[in-house]
Amino acid sequence: MNSSAKKSAKLVLEDGTEYCGFLVGSDVTTSGEVVFNTGMVGYTETLSDPSYSGQILVQTSPMIGNYGVPGDDKDEYGIKKHFESDMIHAKGLIMQDYSDEYSHWNAKKSLSDWLIENSIPAITGIDTRALTKKLRELGTTNGKITIKGRNEIKNINLEKESQVRKVSTKEVIEYIPKNSKNKKIILVDCGVKNNILRSFLVRGIEVKQVPWNYDFISEKYDGLFISNGPDNPKKCEVTIKNLQKALNEDKPIFGICLGSQLMALAAGADTYKMKYGHRSHNQPCINLETGRCYITSQNHGFAVDTNSLSEDWEEWFKNANDGTNEGIRHKFKPFFAVQFHPEAMPGPDDTEYLFDKFINLL
Amino acid sequence: MTKEIMKKVLILGSGGLKIGQAGEFDYSGTQAIKALKEDGIKTVLINPNVATIQTSEDLADKVYFLPVTKEFVEKVIEKEKPDGLLLSFGGQTALNCGIELEELGILKKYNIEVLGTSVDVIKETEDRDLFVKKLKEIDAKTPISIATNNTENAKKAANKIGYPVMIRVAFALGGRGSGMCKDEEELVRRADEAFTASPQVLIEEWLGGWKEIEYEVVRDKNDNCITVCNMENFDPLGIHTGDSIVVAPSQTLSNNEYFKLRRVAIDVIRHLGIVGECNIQYALDPYSEEYRIIEVNARLSRSSALASKATGYPLAFVAAKLALGYLLTEITNEVTGVTKACFEPSLDYCIIKMPRWDLKKFKNVNKELGSEMKSVGEVMSIGRTFEEAIQKAIRMTGTGMHGLVQNILEISDVEKELKNPTENRIFAVAKAFDIGKSIEEVYDATKIDKWFLYRLKNIIECNKKLESSKLTKELLLKSKKMGFSDYQIGKATGEEMYSIRLQRKEMGIVPYIKQIDTLAGEFPSLTNYLYFTYNASEHDIKPFTKDEKSVLIFGSGAYRIGSSVEFDWCCVNASNASNELGYKTIMLNCNPETVSTDYNECDKLYFDEITFERAMDVYEFENPEGIIVSMGGQVANNLAVRLGKYNVNILGTSVKDIDRAEDRHKFSKMLDEIGVDQPEWKELISVDNIKKFSLKVGYPVLIRPSYVLSGAAMNVVWDDEGLEKFLKEAEAVNSAHPVVVTKFIEGAKEVEIDAVAQNGEIKIYAISEHVENAGVHSGDATIMLPAQRLYVETVNRVKKISREIAKNLNVTGPFNIQYLAHDNKIKVIECNLRASRSFPFCSKVFKYNMIKKATRVILGEQVEVVKKPLMDLDYVGIKSSQFSFERLKGANPVLGVEMASTGEVACFGKSLNEAFLKSILSVGFKIPKKTIYLSIGRREQKGKFLKRAIILKKLGYKLYASEGTAKFLNENSVEVEVLYWPKESKSPNVFDYLRLGKIDLVINLPHSKKDGKSTFGYDLRSAAIAFGVPLITNMQIASRLVIALVELKENPSLLSIESWEKY
Repeated sequence: MNSSAKKSAKLVLEDGTEYCGFLVGSDVTTSGEVVFNTGMVGYTETLSDPSYSGQILVQTSPMIGNYGVPGDDKDEYGIKKHFESDMIHAKGLIMQDYSDEYSHWNAKKSLSDWLIENSIPAITGIDTRALTKKLRELGTTNGKITIKGRNEIKNINLEKESQVRKVSTKEVIEYIPKNSKNKKIILVDCGVKNNILRSFLVRGIEVKQVPWNYDFISEKYDGLFISNGPDNPKKCEVTIKNLQKALNEDKPIFGICLGSQLMALAAGADTYKMKYGHRSHNQPCINLETGRCYITSQNHGFAVDTNSLSEDWEEWFKNANDGTNEGIRHKFKPFFAVQFHPEAMPGPDDTEYLFDKFINLL
Repeated sequence: MTKEIMKKVLILGSGGLKIGQAGEFDYSGTQAIKALKEDGIKTVLINPNVATIQTSEDLADKVYFLPVTKEFVEKVIEKEKPDGLLLSFGGQTALNCGIELEELGILKKYNIEVLGTSVDVIKETEDRDLFVKKLKEIDAKTPISIATNNTENAKKAANKIGYPVMIRVAFALGGRGSGMCKDEEELVRRADEAFTASPQVLIEEWLGGWKEIEYEVVRDKNDNCITVCNMENFDPLGIHTGDSIVVAPSQTLSNNEYFKLRRVAIDVIRHLGIVGECNIQYALDPYSEEYRIIEVNARLSRSSALASKATGYPLAFVAAKLALGYLLTEITNEVTGVTKACFEPSLDYCIIKMPRWDLKKFKNVNKELGSEMKSVGEVMSIGRTFEEAIQKAIRMTGTGMHGLVQNILEISDVEKELKNPTENRIFAVAKAFDIGKSIEEVYDATKIDKWFLYRLKNIIECNKKLESSKLTKELLLKSKKMGFSDYQIGKATGEEMYSIRLQRKEMGIVPYIKQIDTLAGEFPSLTNYLYFTYNASEHDIKPFTKDEKSVLIFGSGAYRIGSSVEFDWCCVNASNASNELGYKTIMLNCNPETVSTDYNECDKLYFDEITFERAMDVYEFENPEGIIVSMGGQVANNLAVRLGKYNVNILGTSVKDIDRAEDRHKFSKMLDEIGVDQPEWKELISVDNIKKFSLKVGYPVLIRPSYVLSGAAMNVVWDDEGLEKFLKEAEAVNSAHPVVVTKFIEGAKEVEIDAVAQNGEIKIYAISEHVENAGVHSGDATIMLPAQRLYVETVNRVKKISREIAKNLNVTGPFNIQYLAHDNKIKVIECNLRASRSFPFCSKVFKYNMIKKATRVILGEQVEVVKKPLMDLDYVGIKSSQFSFERLKGANPVLGVEMASTGEVACFGKSLNEAFLKSILSVGFKIPKKTIYLSIGRREQKGKFLKRAIILKKLGYKLYASEGTAKFLNENSVEVEVLYWPKESKSPNVFDYLRLGKIDLVINLPHSKKDGKSTFGYDLRSAAIAFGVPLITNMQIASRLVIALVELKENPSLLSIESWEKY
């Protein structure tokens, strides 16, 4: 709240609406797709989630930065313990009230310091509820962060190429867990979150993490996993083609988020851009087979068009709020995918059992 | 499905409001009734709390104003033959009663299904041993805990765990009897006491300094499970959560911690098999992710009511639906109208709950906070920064504090206050920062999470800036964003509050209105649940249009001694009546325990401060026809005169006339003019004059310092010595702080009139009479309606005088006048031109909604006079007061001019005795079986009581007495046995008898009203309270009881089971 010492900064939306506040984090201007997230905790996980690549994140939770940011310690596999990737992927952060001071036993630095390390600007002092309502009304829109005394970005030019290119691993990484069950999956990394990796490793599954455009079909593996990731799934043509080959075979396939959309596209179905997407920790999803409703963590702006599914596929999960598709599965083969994030981080872990379901099929 | 076979369901209420069990259960019960009615199920409610909404005429199909005890509930079951029973909406009282009914086989006998969570599951959450075992099965962690069944075992357990240990009493509401024991001495003392109330006491590891976190969890029969809200205590473990400042959602938990505890909560509720709602409390290590489950409440609770208001998620309503067999996915989220109840609310604001204490009203009470709850009410503030919310919350408590800073409050020993918290701890933190203490130092002393401390320090720094620099637009905006009121800013800068308001508006600094929509703006919603914030740049809503006539109603704010659920009843009824007349209703209130803050009860709900500043904000934005100030008790009424000055339209009795009634001098002058008598009084500023006046009118006199905000420190003085002592204790008496001295009339009857007038003409009235003689505060008195023992002439005089006063003050709306009646002479002691505490009672006894009538009058409808009112009843209603002395260690449990009760009940009967007995049974009295202990102070009282003692003997009671009383009675041929005061070191002593449960009733008529600490009377009364033995301290009540016991003996079926409508 000590805003007096801070530089003025603004978020300017494509339609010209301006939101004035104060700069936190890095003193750089930026632009991106402006999206809001209604989760009440988990800014470290959210900001390091590769799916936010290219986006300016608005937090509806009013006070952010309270518990600081943990250190960079890594686990036995070299994966950062407290983050979902090695860096911040969002392009900017918009808050109503940044906590200048933080307090947590596990914190090593402030959120602002972490943003500075990653050259990411943030704005505090913005009516994020008003902004959220605006985004809801406009649909997801582009915007830029401008800073007093700095040259403005003239046009908001968003990249044509998929953000997946940027966030996917550049090389193949193999993980062999200590308690290996001698089962191996190919993990197609379109921007995979660390907790997906952790979820497999902790269950004793060997993981071969491959780039988004990697042709895995001739390799030896027990199952295929298509990860989450940013941007429009239709831009990932190579991945879709590779996936189509896998769909002709019978090995189990599991997709999460972007992975679900890619699976749908590979199976001949369609995806569409939602008005403002789902970015929250409280999305209720109904398993249409059992009628059970799960609270899920989500982060997506595109969705599978259920009506476009071919006869061999069926809707598996459905959003209890707006009826959008939350999961698909093949009627005969062990292929399934969910739009939400069973790995949580951030958010509730009610659907974590889906990892076990997949692993049991390997 | 359950809902299809349920035709009639019985709901148990929670009875009179007491510490640990207050208005929240009116809210939950009311929601449950609505939920059942929606399904076409007949509802039967047992609740003697006459002031509640749930006992209103248009809710439950049948209401029984009877004690919630197994005896009465069984009789109602026998009569009504319900199919189902709801236990989880009436607090611990209902739950305990349900367990007893089940254990006695009564539920089985009448084939009644307990809806929702089963009794077996409830028992697993209540019996600590079973609970720990059950949680161990899924590796959920609980504090190391050893259940013990006697003091000796408790000692062993404590030695095993190591001191300090926590002692916890099973089956107790609000943690009664629980606490930290530093050493064996303390353990023995507490354990001895605890075992008198409970068969089981737990000795546990001490987790002081850990964070205290709660989750509200909901589960349906298909195992869908959600957590609706989590909450974090500002005060670490060690202070009862009811006495803690609570923040929602948690602010200092990381994602891992938040969702780990959520996972555990869901695992636990599943494993236990709860269907409906439950609350789980954790201790969380501030230095790791270690946690302990402190307790699970398998019922609606204070926290669930708070969570409902904090999130907009109607927990009680949903819990009732789930109990009927609905699934979460089948229930619509009413806030959005489009989404389902199966989701977890996301909050885009910060909630703070702040307790309201009234400990100042109790001399000698231990003011330190600990694991036993002491607060009597609470408020909830909503802001978009912690600073904004905390300053709002502090103001809302109505204790005269203006926020965190700019208060008149002496904290002499900051260090001590930080370490041994009382209700002033947060101000001690403020002062600590003010005098330069560091965050570290304050943290070390308090263990309050540093994040909260940083935020509080921000306020202190902003305050310093306000005091030292020019008030720029930037600074003004910043301070408003931190929750400073115009008054605080004015005080810091040396300007008038209203001048700050004008400057502010000129600069364009205004608050914005935001909605609470459960989804943080993700979906459009039409919610009318609103709050104000300065941390915003636009309004979520538009004001009512010109075509929409609207009316603003002020609620009552925090429940406190003297103002609680009865005003909520008034507000809700005023709102309903306004709606019926075509008005849009706007409610302003800040108490999460109320029904009036249910967004379904009005067209717009502003959950915000009831202060001049906020009232003006609402008024200017909505531009209503006017404001109804007469329903929310004194808090609301107090604003009338000030708002009137700024051309705000106050509806009902004019501001000028309100002032004439409120201003003691003006009122007195008016009474003189119309020739109405009142006890002699004078406003005085010098000790000499006080003495002179007292001598002139004769002792005793009542002294009331006029500057005391909470009404505390009012006192009856019996002689010069007492006067000097009082004046020494009271703060300075001077021209700025005069005292009002009134002749205190003893032995008079007290009579009240509650009435509604229009343009000075009384349209309906109720005349009631106190059982106790004058001297007992009307809020504590036992009240009979209709009056039972008044001369016709007295009644006529009361009517006549009331008419004259109403006419003279040109009253339009509700009012209440209190009279003393002595030998047919009538004196006025108080007049309030607003709804009084007794309006729900009068309305329900008469079965005539006096508040709806008052509202019509206020809104300008012509109403007719209710002729020959309803006095001619063939039944009587008796209102009794509910006390919470068992929570207030050290307080002297004797009735006087200062109100002490926290709640009330009322019961009906064909005879005075029937209604009286039911009524006192409803506030925890038990009819003595065999033994009564007497300690009668003054000689003339002994004489008066003699014939009652003879009757008690005849009724077959064994009588014990104190030495003096025994001597007197034995001399008068009433055989009694002496039990000594332990301090006399003679045996047998009365405390042993009390402890061993050998005495069923204590009648102690204090020697004089001066009785202070360290007298036998004080010790005796405290012991009776501590050991849970019924206690009577008033001659008129004692006499009434004896008469009633005689009638009960003659007619064992005296206490009839009739529903309200049958009277």
